[in-house]
Amino acid sequence: MKIGVLALQGDFEAHRKALERAGAEAVEVRSAKDLEGIDGLVIPGGESTTMLKLLRAEGLFEPLAEFGRRKPILGTCAGAILLAREVQSPCQESLGLMNFTVERNAYGRQIDSRIVQLRGGEFSEPLEAVFIRAPIIRDVGPDARVLIEYNGDPVLVEQGKHMVATFHPELTADPRIHSRFLEKVRKG
Amino acid sequence: MNYMDEQFRLKVGLAEMLKGGVIMDVTNAEQAVIAEKAGAAAVMALERVPADIRKEGGVARMAPISKIREIMAAVSIPVMAKARIGHFMEADILEALKVDYIDESEVLTPADEEHHIDKRRFKTPFVCGARNLGEALRRIAEGAAMIRTKGEAGSGNIVEAVRHMRTIQKEMRQLTVLGKEELVAESKKHQAPLELVEYVAAHGKLPVPNFSAGGIATPADAALVMHLGAEAVFVGSGIFKSDDPERRAKAIVKAATYFKDPQKLLEASEELGIGMFGIDVAKLPESELLQTRGW
Repeated sequence: MKIGVLALQGDFEAHRKALERAGAEAVEVRSAKDLEGIDGLVIPGGESTTMLKLLRAEGLFEPLAEFGRRKPILGTCAGAILLAREVQSPCQESLGLMNFTVERNAYGRQIDSRIVQLRGGEFSEPLEAVFIRAPIIRDVGPDARVLIEYNGDPVLVEQGKHMVATFHPELTADPRIHSRFLEKVRKG
Repeated sequence: MNYMDEQFRLKVGLAEMLKGGVIMDVTNAEQAVIAEKAGAAAVMALERVPADIRKEGGVARMAPISKIREIMAAVSIPVMAKARIGHFMEADILEALKVDYIDESEVLTPADEEHHIDKRRFKTPFVCGARNLGEALRRIAEGAAMIRTKGEAGSGNIVEAVRHMRTIQKEMRQLTVLGKEELVAESKKHQAPLELVEYVAAHGKLPVPNFSAGGIATPADAALVMHLGAEAVFVGSGIFKSDDPERRAKAIVKAATYFKDPQKLLEASEELGIGMFGIDVAKLPESELLQTRGW
């Protein structure tokens, strides 16, 4: 199984390692051509505005949206912002592959970044969630499913083949989020 | 110090998010917006860009609070600000202001010629400059969560950034082939804590991200330091001292992402206009060097 990691900017290296730990082959994606032959894609954490500019400037926005209509995508933090239906604070363009609204930097600034232990839903063992200048997901549509919440807000959401986290599973040793994504890719 | 504690992981975590990106020096909201639109991963708020500090002289301090606020209000990307070396009160003020990263920077006039800030007591992460491995590890021991090679700020000349990145990379590689008992002597030589020397020996890299700064003026410069091991780049005077800042900013962002792709670098280097006027660092008197501030 070959998984691409969008490597325009951000912590793509951490995702590559997390995917390899979970048993997948990971390759970096910087062009539309790199999307050929991969079974799924990870959009990493980083600055969503930077990624968006590069996606547009390099003609990668449409190919990525098209890829997402066929194959699974996992987005973390900035990746979740890019997959949303609507982005607020400020309003910006997104791929619109998942049915939720997202508010950027909704916890505040870096000083409000935090690490918390989450429990609930399918996660009986606590899940360590690293939030860094994280967004908050709001207004989740009926076709999407909230897997876990923090402070009453959805932080891990799936919809069909796609999945997003507003935190950074790639910055922990816990393989459960990446393994779950790989399971989705396996199912196609 | 526990390098795996939550506070430190969060500090390093934000540095991880900036990787592959460009952090641009800005002095007002207007420049910050240009930087964000061009794809900057973060901006650095300061009173004057290094080239002007060099030209005008005088004491260079933390930027005026009103300017930093204006920049923070204008953009959605992280905002960093510089504090003078050893000036922990400037750092306290920047933390109260909630800037996202503090640069304890040799570009400003040092406030303390013996001590750097004890960065461990802050919740706000710090980045510090370094010319060699010992300096980098001493800053990390003090709590820095990101290192940037110093280069020679405001010179528009990449030679010092190259020297510093090559030095750090070489010194790290050398540690990886040594035996355990030899590392004790290395710790003494680098004047750095043994546990950090051992970390580098085991991993071949710093325990925090290593970015590059000081003299990057063109897309080719950015690509060069990325090839040499920089995980992201800081661009100071290079952008707003050129004749078309917006285009140059975009081009450097593209170069940081596609540093392995000569075709993309060619595209980034085309129609750039005139870059900042550079300085031959070898002709600068010792007293005018910024890189020798800090130890």
